[in-house]
Amino acid sequence: MTSFSSGRIGVITFPGSLDDVDAARAVRYADGVPVALWHAEDDLRGVDAVVIPGGFSYGDYLRAGAIASHQPVLRAVIDAARGGMPVLGICNGFQILCEAGLLPGAMVRNSELRFLCKDQWLTVENTTTAWTTRYSGGEEILVPLKNIDGRYVADASTLAELEASGRVVFRYVGAAPNGAMNAVAGICSPDGRVVGLMPHPEHAIDPLTGPSDHGLAMFRSVLDVLARM
Amino acid sequence: MPRVVVDVVPKPEILDPQGQAIARALPRLGIGGVREVRQGKHFELSVDDAVDDATLHRIAGELLANPVIEDWTVRRL
Repeated sequence: MTSFSSGRIGVITFPGSLDDVDAARAVRYADGVPVALWHAEDDLRGVDAVVIPGGFSYGDYLRAGAIASHQPVLRAVIDAARGGMPVLGICNGFQILCEAGLLPGAMVRNSELRFLCKDQWLTVENTTTAWTTRYSGGEEILVPLKNIDGRYVADASTLAELEASGRVVFRYVGAAPNGAMNAVAGICSPDGRVVGLMPHPEHAIDPLTGPSDHGLAMFRSVLDVLARM
Repeated sequence: MPRVVVDVVPKPEILDPQGQAIARALPRLGIGGVREVRQGKHFELSVDDAVDDATLHRIAGELLANPVIEDWTVRRL
């Protein structure tokens, strides 16, 4: 399978973003072209996909992701995602996607009230999303997890619908370290174009600088998908 | 200028480990009889006369609270 090497993937920077540089590096490692997007502008610069990176946008004031979800760039992302543009939200980016209503549910304080920072095994349960086609079903991947508001919650009917439709994309192996319902680590939109997860694939693209290179396939997957469009 | 209070608390079905930690600390103060603590947020707004109740509920439901996990009340002082 050949990648769409000219695929332009936007990486948003908010005040308080931490992992935008690593996300852009992951795009480059996957042979894509990272494009910097700024929180205060509603211009997506013609990108083919967007990564919303981790960090503490707006200092996590009010709720993690709440302020960011109302910024001009997010308005543009919401419009583009509804038109089918692939979006990946990592950690704070996942929280932002939930606050913006692009993904259901919410992330709340870890059940043990501790900031978790560890390498975490995940199972890839859905390999049909725009961001997971390079994985095999049930594949286990090792990526860093680092957050304090990582416990996924949703009402019972939402959770049942996610499970029944295969929209739980990533699940923690073993007990969820943060108390997440059904050990949910990541989910997707009904069309599989918008994916959010708490662990950090962008930190796991090279064994020199991370626990594995298992995260790289996420970025290669979307470039494959863009090449076929 | 009218003042408004918005109180936001986690929904009953959402586990509130911060409230639990507070409840567990009370016996260490020699205080018994507190069965449960739910921790929330309290907002005080000063608004123009023109800001109506519908707008206040929009403020609460679209920004101050996340309806997925939180309940909220709006009260004019």
